[in-house]
Amino acid sequence: MKAPYLIFVVLVSTHINSVLADNTTINSLLQSYAAKGATEVNAEQGQYLWQKTYPANGEFSQRSCASCHTEKLTAPGKHVKTNKPIEPMAPSVNSQRLTDQKKIEKWFKRNCKWTMGRECTAQEKADFLVYLYK
Amino acid sequence: MKNTLAISAVIFTVGFVTIPVVWSDDDDHWEGMEEYKHQSTGVAAVTNTVYREECGSCHMAYSPGLLPANSWMKMMSGLENHFGDNAELDAGTEKSITDLLLANSADRSDYRRARKFSRSIQLNDTPLRISETPYFRHEHDEIPNRMVTGNPEVKSFSHCNACHTRAEQGSFNEHDIRIPGYGRWDD
Ligand code: HEC
Ligand code: HEC
Ligand code: HEC
Repeated sequence: MKAPYLIFVVLVSTHINSVLADNTTINSLLQSYAAKGATEVNAEQGQYLWQKTYPANGEFSQRSCASCHTEKLTAPGKHVKTNKPIEPMAPSVNSQRLTDQKKIEKWFKRNCKWTMGRECTAQEKADFLVYLYK
Repeated sequence: MKNTLAISAVIFTVGFVTIPVVWSDDDDHWEGMEEYKHQSTGVAAVTNTVYREECGSCHMAYSPGLLPANSWMKMMSGLENHFGDNAELDAGTEKSITDLLLANSADRSDYRRARKFSRSIQLNDTPLRISETPYFRHEHDEIPNRMVTGNPEVKSFSHCNACHTRAEQGSFNEHDIRIPGYGRWDD
């Protein structure tokens, strides 16, 4: 029972210090997450968290990252409340994306609180980041 | 004789009722005696790049001239719960944006349009929404709901730029109004 699960983890997870050496912004963020306890990074876990819906009180009772950004990272999104268009999240189609550490941290903080009702852990942020960047 | 009297009574009443309506439709109702440097139909456009970035990411960057200083102060002290969204900023950025808003607020602006917004607000009232100020309501009271809340491309009056095509440039001129799905607005 345990064996296939272990293999799965080995296939999709990478140790946090050995990913994406071609991008300094991403790398330095990942290092700061490692310093706060993140270990393995896993893009599939990032995708799972991105699409997962979280219950909330208030106007939008089912919230997810995809509510505003959509599930397709290369497609433009739209703010659920204000309708304002949001540029695609994938750096492959939008070179402005994930280029500023402060900006990334600011939006992680706001959007995790709004979507999940709490701040994200370093581990969750690391997973989101590799999912968005890949 | 009796009939004539009745008719003139009706005319008199109707006349009396319509006078305040005509008067309140007149823009001068919202003006004082002051002269403003900018007699245009607009408010100051937003040019500050920090403001555009921080306050224009979820919706258009509203001109500081659309609300008075008290309203901005109250809004800036509660960004963590900002109309049900989270717009919190680091302390330094929050301070610089607050300064910008206060220096250019409706009650301190020398744009005539901005002063109309601030003059319409009761002294003891601190509205957080531009779309709930009396002047705003007055200007929009003839627009049917189906064009606003019932219109998926507009959704609410908060989205000025859905109808005012040059709202981001600070212009609310009638010639620049296009209501999605309905087109130009003709009085
Ligand atoms: C209510 C709408 C909304 C939701 C829900 C939402 N976001 Fe966002 N997000 C935005 C907006 C608006 C921006 C800033 C606009 C832009 O950068 O185009 C943004 C920006 C970001 C950025 C910054 C991207 C960059 O280039 O620096 C990241 C990262 C991000 N969001 C992650 C998330 C994650 C993770 C979730 C779910 C936990 C999420 N968002 C949920 C609206 C939302
Ligand atoms: C994280 C997203 C987000 C950010 C960032 C943000 N806002 Fe908002 N804002 C909203 C939402 C959502 C509403 C409610 C819109 C609605 O009701 O349709 C709103 C509404 C407003 C309104 C009221 C509009 C009206 O008249 O109905 C004002 C004024 C406003 N915001 C100013 C600001 C200022 C100033 C900043 C920068 C400090 C800012 N916002 C940053 C999401 C945001
Ligand atoms: C549903 C479309 C719609 C939205 C959204 C909307 N407006 Fe308007 N607005 C109009 C129309 C139509 C008029 C003209 C009304 C009339 O003349 O009867 C108008 C008139 C005005 C005027 C007066 C213009 C003049 O020349 O006298 C101002 C100022 C104004 N709007 C500001 C705003 C602001 C600020 C917002 C956002 C907070 C906003 N509007 C949102 C449709 C809209």
